Amino acid sequence: MNIDLSRRGFLKLAGAGVAATSLGAMGFGEAEAAEQAHVRAFKLASTTEVRNTCTYCSVACGILIYSKGDVAAGEKAEVVHIEGDADHPTNRGTLCPKGAALKDTVLSETRLTVPRIRRPGSDRFEETSWEEALDKIARALKDDRDANMVQTNDAGVPVNRWTSTGFLAASATTNETAWLTYKVVRSMGIVGFDNQARV
Amino acid sequence: MTNSWTDIKNTDLVVVMGGNAAEAHPCGFKWVTEAKAQRGAKLIVVDPRFTRTASVSDYYAPIRPGSDIVFLMALINWMIQNDKVQWEYVKNFTNAAFIVKDEFGWSDGLFSGYDPEKRDYDKSSWDYVIGDDGFAQVDMTLQNPRCVWNLLKEHVSRYTPELVAEVCGTPQDRFLKIAEMIGECSAVDKNMTSMYALGWTQHSKGAQNIRGMAMLQLILGNIGVRGGGMNALRGHSNIQGLTDIGLMSNLIPGYLNIPTEKEKDWTTYMSSRSFKPLRPGQTSYWQNYPKFMVSFMKAMWGDAARADNDWAFEYLPKLDVPTYDILRMFDLMNEGKITNYFCQGFNPLLSFPNRAKLTAALSKLKLLVVMDPLATETAHFWENHGEYNDVDTASIQTEVIELPTTSFAEDDGSLVNSGRWIQWHWAAATPPGQAQRDTWIMSQIFLRVKKLYQDEGGVFPDPILNLTWDYEDENEPSAEELAKELNGKALGDVYDPKDATKLLAAQGKQLLNFSQLRDDGSTMSACWIYGGCWNEDGNNMARRDNADPDDTGAFLNWSFAWPLNRRILYNRASADMQGKPWDPSRKLIEWNGEKWTGYDVPDIAPTAKPDEVGPFIMNPEGASRLFTRGMMRDGPFPTHMEPFESPIANVFNPEMRGNPVARVFAKDADQFATSDEFPFVATSYRLTEHFHYWTKHNRINAALQPEFFVEISEELAAEKGITRGSTVRVWSKRGSVTAKALVSKRLRPLQCGDKLVHVIGIPLHWGFMGAARKGFGPNSLTPFVGDANVETPEFKAFLVNIEPATGEAVS
Repeated sequence: MNIDLSRRGFLKLAGAGVAATSLGAMGFGEAEAAEQAHVRAFKLASTTEVRNTCTYCSVACGILIYSKGDVAAGEKAEVVHIEGDADHPTNRGTLCPKGAALKDTVLSETRLTVPRIRRPGSDRFEETSWEEALDKIARALKDDRDANMVQTNDAGVPVNRWTSTGFLAASATTNETAWLTYKVVRSMGIVGFDNQARV
Repeated sequence: MTNSWTDIKNTDLVVVMGGNAAEAHPCGFKWVTEAKAQRGAKLIVVDPRFTRTASVSDYYAPIRPGSDIVFLMALINWMIQNDKVQWEYVKNFTNAAFIVKDEFGWSDGLFSGYDPEKRDYDKSSWDYVIGDDGFAQVDMTLQNPRCVWNLLKEHVSRYTPELVAEVCGTPQDRFLKIAEMIGECSAVDKNMTSMYALGWTQHSKGAQNIRGMAMLQLILGNIGVRGGGMNALRGHSNIQGLTDIGLMSNLIPGYLNIPTEKEKDWTTYMSSRSFKPLRPGQTSYWQNYPKFMVSFMKAMWGDAARADNDWAFEYLPKLDVPTYDILRMFDLMNEGKITNYFCQGFNPLLSFPNRAKLTAALSKLKLLVVMDPLATETAHFWENHGEYNDVDTASIQTEVIELPTTSFAEDDGSLVNSGRWIQWHWAAATPPGQAQRDTWIMSQIFLRVKKLYQDEGGVFPDPILNLTWDYEDENEPSAEELAKELNGKALGDVYDPKDATKLLAAQGKQLLNFSQLRDDGSTMSACWIYGGCWNEDGNNMARRDNADPDDTGAFLNWSFAWPLNRRILYNRASADMQGKPWDPSRKLIEWNGEKWTGYDVPDIAPTAKPDEVGPFIMNPEGASRLFTRGMMRDGPFPTHMEPFESPIANVFNPEMRGNPVARVFAKDADQFATSDEFPFVATSYRLTEHFHYWTKHNRINAALQPEFFVEISEELAAEKGITRGSTVRVWSKRGSVTAKALVSKRLRPLQCGDKLVHVIGIPLHWGFMGAARKGFGPNSLTPFVGDANVETPEFKAFLVNIEPATGEAVS
C-alpha cells in the first residue's frame, strides 16, 4: 500500500479529478478549464493532517486529526475534525460512539486552561501562576520529605522510603511521560505510587 | 493480551466472560464479527446481564456475580471427564507431570497451611518434589497420584454441573451446552479465544478468575496459537504502558520488583532471583534479571550507579508491606497520615470504592495536586454540589492546586494497546490557554525540588541530586529523548559474549534489543522489555507498513510490539514436539531442521531444538503452570470464594467470608453487610456511549446518555413496586444514590439452589462535573476491599437495597 500519499493529497487529487471527468463526459470540453478553476477544494485540503491514537480504550484505534495550522511547523493549530485512520490495521477507519465524538472532548468547555488554587476553607478556585503553583508544590514536597522520610528501619537497615506523600499516575499519558514521571517519583523515594491499572 | 486484536479473526470460538467487548471495545470487537462472518466462528457470552455482546452471541448463559471460579473449574472437570484434552500439549507444555509435595492438600475451602490469625497461608507445601539432581521430579505417564494432573483432577471433581446450577444460578443445560462447544476446541484444528476485562479483575479473587480460564486454555492447547490465547481487553489507552513501565508501588519497569526491607543489599536481593531451571536444558529467561536490573539502575543514576556501590541499591526505597497501593494510601490518608497527594490524569473520587471514605480522606490532606486536561470531581471534592457532593466546604482545610495539562491531541509519544503494540503518535494542536505537557510539569517540579536540596541540604538528597537528567532542554525533555532511554543504549563498547572481537554496539549507540543488555554497567535501558522500540534503525514504534503476508493478522511492520516485535506470546507452543504446526492452516512458526521460521518472531531461541527446550521460556519449568506453586497468595489452584458481600454462604465452608487471605482494614470490615439487611446483589458496568468519567465532559456523549440510571429486572420492579423511568433510591452499608430505574429483560433473577437472587446493574459514568446531568457512580456504594494478590477493588459483586423514591417518571 502506498503510504506516502496522504489523505489530504488524495482529496486534492480526487476533487479535481471528479470535476474534470464529469464535465468532460458531458461534452462541456471548453468549459472544463474555466470550471475547474472555480471548483472549491475540499475543506480538509486546507488543514494539516496528523496521525494520532484514540485516547479512550486500549483497542487504540488509529485516528487522523485535521487542524487549522501546523504544530510541527511551529504554527498555532486548532483541531477542526477527527476521523478514523483507514490505513490502521485494527480499526480500518472505523470509530465507536466515543471515538467519533473525540473532537468535542479536545474542545470541551471544561478543559482546564490556567493553573488554579483553592485555599484551605475557601469555596472557590482562584487563578494562580505556574511559578507560584510549582514553587508551592516543590516546597511542600521538600518539607514533607525531610520531615517524614524513613531512612532506616528498626533493624537499622537503610530503607529510604517516603510514605507520607503519594502519587497517582495517569492511564492515557504516553510511555515517555510515564518514564519521566517514574524517574521523578522514585528518585524521591515515594512508595505510594500507583496507576489506573490497579483499578 | 497474549495475542492481538487483529488475530481474533483466526478463531473458531470466542468466549466473552468477565467483559462486554461489543460495548466497551467496539472497534476491537469487529474482529469477532469478522471471525463469525468469515470462519463461521461462534460466540459464547456468560454474564449476569444480557449485554450487547450477548445480543450478538450464538449462545448466552447467565451467572451470579462473583461465582466465576465455580463455572470455570466445572468446565475443566467436564473436559477431563469427557476426554476433551489436548494431551500432547498438556503432557509436554504444562506442568501436569510435575510431582507435588505430599503435604499439599485442600479441605473445607482452604489449602494446606492456612493461618486464620494472620489471614495468610504458609505456602511451603505448595511446591514440587525436588530430586537429588536439583530438578523437579516428573512422571510423564501421569500415573503418579501426586502429579499435578491427578491433583487437579481431584480438585475440580467437586465442581459438577449441579454445583454450577446451585452456586452460579446457571441452568445445567446452559452450562452443558457451553461445555460441549468449548470441548470441541481441544482438537488441534479448533482454537478458542478468551476475551475478558474488569468483569473478572474487580473481585477479591480476580486474579484467580483469570487463572481459571488460563488453565482451561492450556488444557485445550489454545495458548500460543493463532485465534487463541488469554486476551485482557484493558480499559485505558495506555494502561498497558503504565503497567509495563512499572508506575505501581512495588514495580520497576519491565516487571522487575522494588526490593522489600528484608532485602538489605544487592546480593540478598539477587539471591532470590537466580531463576535456576527446574528441568534440564530449559531457558528460564529471567536468569538475565541482573542485566535488566543493572541497566535500569544505570538509566536512573548513570555514573552514580557502580559495581562498588551495589549499583546505588541504597537509592531505591525498600517496602515494609507488599504494596502501598491506592486502597492502603487512602486508608492511611483517612488516618491523617498522608500530607501531599498527586493525581495525574486520575479521578480517584469516582474510581475507588467507598466514596464517603475517600472524601473524608481527601479532607485530611494538607495539599492535593491535580494535573488533568479536564475539571475532575477529585479536584473539586471540597465543592458542595447538593446531594451529589454534600460536603461542608468551609471545614475542609485541604489546599488544592489544579494544573492544566495537554490532551492526546497536543502531545507526541507512544501508547501501548492491549496486544502490546507500541504505537507512536504526533501532536496536532496547540495546547489551550496555559496548559502544559506532563513532561514539562514533572520536570519543573523535579528541578525545583533538586534546587531546594542543593541550596538547603536535607534528608538523603543523593538519589535526587544524582538522577540522570542529561536532556537537551532540561526544562522539557523531548518524547524522542525519553523513548530512546526506554530502549537503551551502550554506555561502553558492547561485544559478543561468544566472540570477544565482535563489536555489537559501540559506545553511545542505541542497542539493537534487550539481548545486548549487560550486568557490568556497560549498558543502560529504562524498560528492558521495550528493547528494540528505538534502535539504530530509528523509531520502530512509528512504522506504518500495514502489509500482512498471507493475511495472518500479524502486521509485523506496523508499529513495534514488545517483546522483540513478537505478536503472539508463547508462539512456540503452536507447533508439536517435532516443531510442526498443530494446525497447518494456522501455521505461526515451525522448525525447519535448523531453526524456527514463520510469520511471527519466534518466542524461543531461534536454534533451540523442539524436543529439548520447552515453549514457556520465562518459567524455570520450561512449561506453563496448571499448579502455580506458592506464587499466588490465595492458592495454587483456583478455589471457590464468595464475594465479601454475598447472599449465599460458601458451599465448601459456610464460615469463610470472601477471600480468606484478602487484606481487610479494621474499620472497613465493620462496613461489610449481610443479605439480611441488604438482600440484592449489585454489579457495575460501562455503556458504549461513555468512557469512564471523561465523556460526560463531551456534549455529544452527554446527550447520548445524559442521566444516571440503575438497571433492574421486571420481577424485582414488580416486587418493589418500581415503575419504568421512576426514581429509585439504592443504598449499601456505605452510601446511598438516587437514580432513574431502567426496568429491563436483560437482567433476570437467578435461582441459586433454593434462593432467588436479584441482580441490580449500576453503570459508572456520572459525577458532578462536565456536560451531563449530575449523578452518582457505583463507588458511592462499593466495599473497600481488593483482590488478595493485586488489590484491585471488588466493584463487581456487592450487596445493596432498593426502594421507590420521589421524583418524576420519564416514561
